[in-house]
Amino acid sequence: MWISYKTIVIKEILRFSRIWVQTIFPPIITTSLYLLIFGGLMGKRIGDMQGVDYLHYIIPGVILMTVITNSYTNTVTSFFLAKFNHSIEELLVAPVSYWVILLGYVSGGVSRGFAVGLGVSIAMSFFIDFEINNMLIVFIIFLFTSILFSLAGFINAIFAQSFDDISIVPTFILMPMTYLGGIFYNVEILPQFWQNISKFNPIYYMVDSFRLGFLGVSTSEFWISILVLLSIIIVLAIFAFYLLKKCEF
Amino acid sequence: MSTALLIKGLKKTYANQLEALKGIDLCVNHGDFYALLGSNGAGKTTVIGIICGLLNKTSGSIKVLGFNQSSHVNQVKKLIGLMPQEFNFNPFEPIEEILINQAGYYGIAKSKAKIQAELLLKEVDLWEKRFDMAKSLSGGMKRRLMLARALIHQPKILILDEPTAGVDVKIRHSIWRFLSKLNRQGMTIILTTHYLGEAELLCRNVAILNEGKVIKQSSMKALLSQVDQQVLILESLSQLPQTITSDRFKCERLDDHSLQVVLNSDISITSVLHNLDTQGVIVDYVHSAQNRLETLFLYLTNKEK
Repeated sequence: MWISYKTIVIKEILRFSRIWVQTIFPPIITTSLYLLIFGGLMGKRIGDMQGVDYLHYIIPGVILMTVITNSYTNTVTSFFLAKFNHSIEELLVAPVSYWVILLGYVSGGVSRGFAVGLGVSIAMSFFIDFEINNMLIVFIIFLFTSILFSLAGFINAIFAQSFDDISIVPTFILMPMTYLGGIFYNVEILPQFWQNISKFNPIYYMVDSFRLGFLGVSTSEFWISILVLLSIIIVLAIFAFYLLKKCEF
Repeated sequence: MSTALLIKGLKKTYANQLEALKGIDLCVNHGDFYALLGSNGAGKTTVIGIICGLLNKTSGSIKVLGFNQSSHVNQVKKLIGLMPQEFNFNPFEPIEEILINQAGYYGIAKSKAKIQAELLLKEVDLWEKRFDMAKSLSGGMKRRLMLARALIHQPKILILDEPTAGVDVKIRHSIWRFLSKLNRQGMTIILTTHYLGEAELLCRNVAILNEGKVIKQSSMKALLSQVDQQVLILESLSQLPQTITSDRFKCERLDDHSLQVVLNSDISITSVLHNLDTQGVIVDYVHSAQNRLETLFLYLTNKEK
């Protein structure tokens, strides 16, 4: 079981590493632009948020945004392509349990999330001085976020019948959720109604706790964020396992 | 002789209500070279898909070397190697990596997998291309890659779904030789093919599927003995007479140098040649105008309609 799992993970890592120009490099460029425009140019006019200057305030959210996008994209693309070129049958004819398949693909998504997140952080460190307040919180939130969106991408890939289907969710659901999750602003500046709505967005908890890890400021309790993220991960994992077992590819 | 594969009452209805299998019973002995024949849509690929765990059955039972497929899924998967009809590998992966990864899925360590991959890639003549991406291979090479991949975990039963489709004659013969060698070494092989000559040449037993049912299951020899008519083409280097007659066999002049002769089982080729000789026909070449299994296959599948 360990060898099967290791094989899937290494295969996934090799897959996105071989095409690093498409997978690792673009998020670094995009993120640098975000920081330049929103942080460097506009940030000075915006001022502080929660007592932190705007450029530093948006760093955690911007890093997390790349983690979310890349974890999701990795599993959705990889599993859909495996379905599309039927190479998923290589796994299905072998004595690999569905949990191992799921865990392997999710680990692939987490690896890409980590690679891109680290790449973006290193790139940022050349332009901005920043310190991490609590490394453990940063790591836990990164891990949970990455697992959650890898699972979501996997489920999307199971349902997807065409290439259009793997871009609809990221464009029309994931991107609005990400932008409305408080990456570029403090949710508390919104009217009460929209603050309440934001509490139903899991990305709000991720960004808020990630910011706690980076800057030591947050608007919600850390344990609530952990509880929300863990609950969603468990539900998505069970659903993904059920689909994997039930579906014929 | 022990049973390699035993299928009882296998049914499959797809989500769109298509009843692909209507209660299949099959028995394949250990060490057999078994042909599973049928027209397109007869249910061959569905049977294979269910045996290999790619599709879920609606009802019925499958035993592989004594293991119940439902309760011993992983043991059964380890015993079977599948070479599917469609190319089903990632075209952007190097060839050797495809084999090593496949071995990894079966729990084989990389060091051991590399040795087995080298042996197989040399056997199918792809060793020199081991670092190439799979997409760069020709159709025949892709088929051989899938054959090597099916054997990477050293299965006891090899299932081949149209292994020589679209393959040139030379490669087809090399695949046949390799399969015969594997079978002689004790591997049970189940073959589906549309080239009935291939099945006739390689297989000892046969089942014919039609519209989700097994309509014939017997030894190849017994099946072929049911063909009581042969159609032969006789060719002569000399010009044939304008009229050739016989009351014991049907004879049709095709052109100035060739004849078509239809023989029933009660007349020998020697007596035909003797009869033609008396009419001044010197026969230089004889070849069959039909494939016996093909004739029988068409007869059996049409009879069911």
